[in-house]
Amino acid sequence: MADRPASETPIGSNLPPLSLHVPEPRFRPGDPVDYSHLAIPPAGAQPRPDEGCPASETGPLCTDLIRVLDDSHQAVGPWDPKLDAETLRRMLRVMALTRAFDDRMYRGQRQGKTSFYMKCTGEEATSVASAFALADDDMVFPSYRQQGILIARGYPIVDMINQIYSNRADKLKGRQLPIMYSSREHNFFTISGNLATQYPQAAGWAMASAIRGDSRIASAWVGEGSSAEGDFHAAMTFATVYNAPVVFNIVNNQWAISSFSGFAGAERATFASRAVGYGMAGLRVDGNDPLAVYAAARWAANRARSNMGPTLIEHFTYRAEGHSTSDDPGQYRSAQEREEWPLGDPIMRLKRHLIARGEWSVEQHAAMDAALVDEVKAATKEAEKNGILGHGLHHPFRTMFEDVFEDLPWHLQEQSEQAMRERRIKWPEWKES
Amino acid sequence: MSETIAPVRRLNMIEAINDALDVMMARDPDVVVFGEDVGFFGGVFRATAGLQKKYGKTRVFDTPINECGIIGAAVGMGAYGLRPVPEIQFADYIYPGLDQLISEAARLRYRSAGEFIAPMTVRSPFGGGIFGGQTHSQSPEALFTHVAGLKTVIPATPYDAKGLLISAIEDNDPVIFFEPKRIYNGPFNGYYDKPVEPWAKHDGSEVPEGYYSIPLGKARIAREGEALTVIAYGTMIHVAAAVCAEKGVDAEIIDLRSLVPLDIDTVQKSVEKTGKCLIVHEATRTCGFGAELSALVQERCFYHLEAPIERVTGFDTPYPHSLEWAYFPGPVRIGEALDRLLKA
Repeated sequence: MADRPASETPIGSNLPPLSLHVPEPRFRPGDPVDYSHLAIPPAGAQPRPDEGCPASETGPLCTDLIRVLDDSHQAVGPWDPKLDAETLRRMLRVMALTRAFDDRMYRGQRQGKTSFYMKCTGEEATSVASAFALADDDMVFPSYRQQGILIARGYPIVDMINQIYSNRADKLKGRQLPIMYSSREHNFFTISGNLATQYPQAAGWAMASAIRGDSRIASAWVGEGSSAEGDFHAAMTFATVYNAPVVFNIVNNQWAISSFSGFAGAERATFASRAVGYGMAGLRVDGNDPLAVYAAARWAANRARSNMGPTLIEHFTYRAEGHSTSDDPGQYRSAQEREEWPLGDPIMRLKRHLIARGEWSVEQHAAMDAALVDEVKAATKEAEKNGILGHGLHHPFRTMFEDVFEDLPWHLQEQSEQAMRERRIKWPEWKES
Repeated sequence: MSETIAPVRRLNMIEAINDALDVMMARDPDVVVFGEDVGFFGGVFRATAGLQKKYGKTRVFDTPINECGIIGAAVGMGAYGLRPVPEIQFADYIYPGLDQLISEAARLRYRSAGEFIAPMTVRSPFGGGIFGGQTHSQSPEALFTHVAGLKTVIPATPYDAKGLLISAIEDNDPVIFFEPKRIYNGPFNGYYDKPVEPWAKHDGSEVPEGYYSIPLGKARIAREGEALTVIAYGTMIHVAAAVCAEKGVDAEIIDLRSLVPLDIDTVQKSVEKTGKCLIVHEATRTCGFGAELSALVQERCFYHLEAPIERVTGFDTPYPHSLEWAYFPGPVRIGEALDRLLKA
């Protein structure tokens, strides 16, 4: 094929030459950004079917956009979850803490305290508001940008930092890349760097819960990019076939590293609309509207918990920062995108809503932010006592060979002894702690 | 082998596997069995026959044709606290589930520092000799033995199949349990042009009722001998034994039973005794498990070796359909290797 120009057709053929479509994002670095092509419906305009409705009734909601907070910061329409102010203040605090944490950890990586970090700036609602809508003993299968769930569930941030530093207090014993947390106690499944693998696992966990006649459900997250993985479709199939009590979240933040959502199929259909083909309930929600996210997650959780089956939720949002500390988004997208994003910022929107309700003030918010910065700073100092990456304060050497299997087989025992020997050759004074 | 006073029946390997599943499902309500066609129908090889009727549809069920989903769901079920025993209909079909096995099941314990484990046993028929062509004949065990965190078990008799499967199910690590489908119904000895003897005439078919287990990582000496050591597993145990018997070779035949963990002590002791080593497997040669065995024997037994280590394997081609028996490492290939070793 390669030796024939694409435009050349076989002699005698009157068929037009085929052409390959390679998606291209609307805006590249330096381009002015105009989001007028995005259909942003008014808040409150989306119908809210009963949680026990046939999946097909959610069909229109797979291409709509569920929104609760309107332009004057009021909660409107049938999806308003009518949360009390105290709950909303807690939600606001967790989102703000997540952002303060991200900012500090990002700087820590730049200062050489760890190898890698990933922020979730602009996407806090997609994990925090979802976590608020679940029971604490529901099992979550996160991707790598759901640190907000762990914070919402009260996991100590000093332990998160210990993990990020891979230090001697790291509960994962320095084995995982930073931010790949795990906490069984918080029903937070161990994060994988292999994307979307958690989706069929969540389906399986939910099936197990149903097999046992339990009341707990599972909820899983992927980015829109990795929704292209086969695992996504395996999970959708299993969840619908067995009517598994699971909520699938697609965080459509528009970008998968440097590839825009078009490479996952966004030019053809919304991500939520994939639910339709599976006969699954689907919701497409304004991911920067914490009340809408909460309402959608709660709807799906209630549905799953009452044996009405799985739901796919697309959170339409924007990745305000780079993919990780390893990429510079200025190289592949327009910096104006973030400024022009028509759905705003989730923390600002919730803050303004609370202020509009008379339940919060600019001063209170500033004081909270200042306190959170101090809280994160104190936790960082605390964690640093346990070491930072590459500075010697790690878990005992032998732990490298543990947990491969439940018991240490002879070949790992031999390799462990070799590693100790190498260590002693390099540092004769070294003693295993 | 554990002592037992339970009544003993003569079972073929399928019946023994079915029996192991039955025993474990009765003992442990966390055991669930699922896979393509395993439910109502009882599996294409009948390994799960009768189990759905006995234990119900929520513990024994059919699945979509999606190996990634089967293994992935098993990982999730294991995280929940169940003890899943998924079946992959043919080992050749396991590849869509590899990421879930290699990156997930095998790594959960390590990456979560023991918070989450994958106590699953993936059963799958493997190996050729049934005119299954290239997609129903493969022996991919070396893909799994290469993965840190997976155990790989392969029985050669009905007695072992039951005891090893019970151990695998009880094991808290993920186990790949490859069943040599050519010997499901009888100890096929490689002489494809002669009738296969039924299991009933073989000692290995004596299977006690009820619970017993065979530890993973403990090889079986299928035949004691002095002239040379044959290291094999699965179908090739019976093929090697037949060839040695025909040629009158006093071979010590070691049935590894589990590749990971490997019973290196039994291997080492035998090769040190005989001074000669033949490794036989049906899988392709390059980077096959025989390469690992050969390296280990060389490292540990070099000064006892009186001849180069021999490997008899399948060829490095896909498993052909019409030329199946030209591919299969049968009596001629094994006989030639034995001759070379004995002349050395």
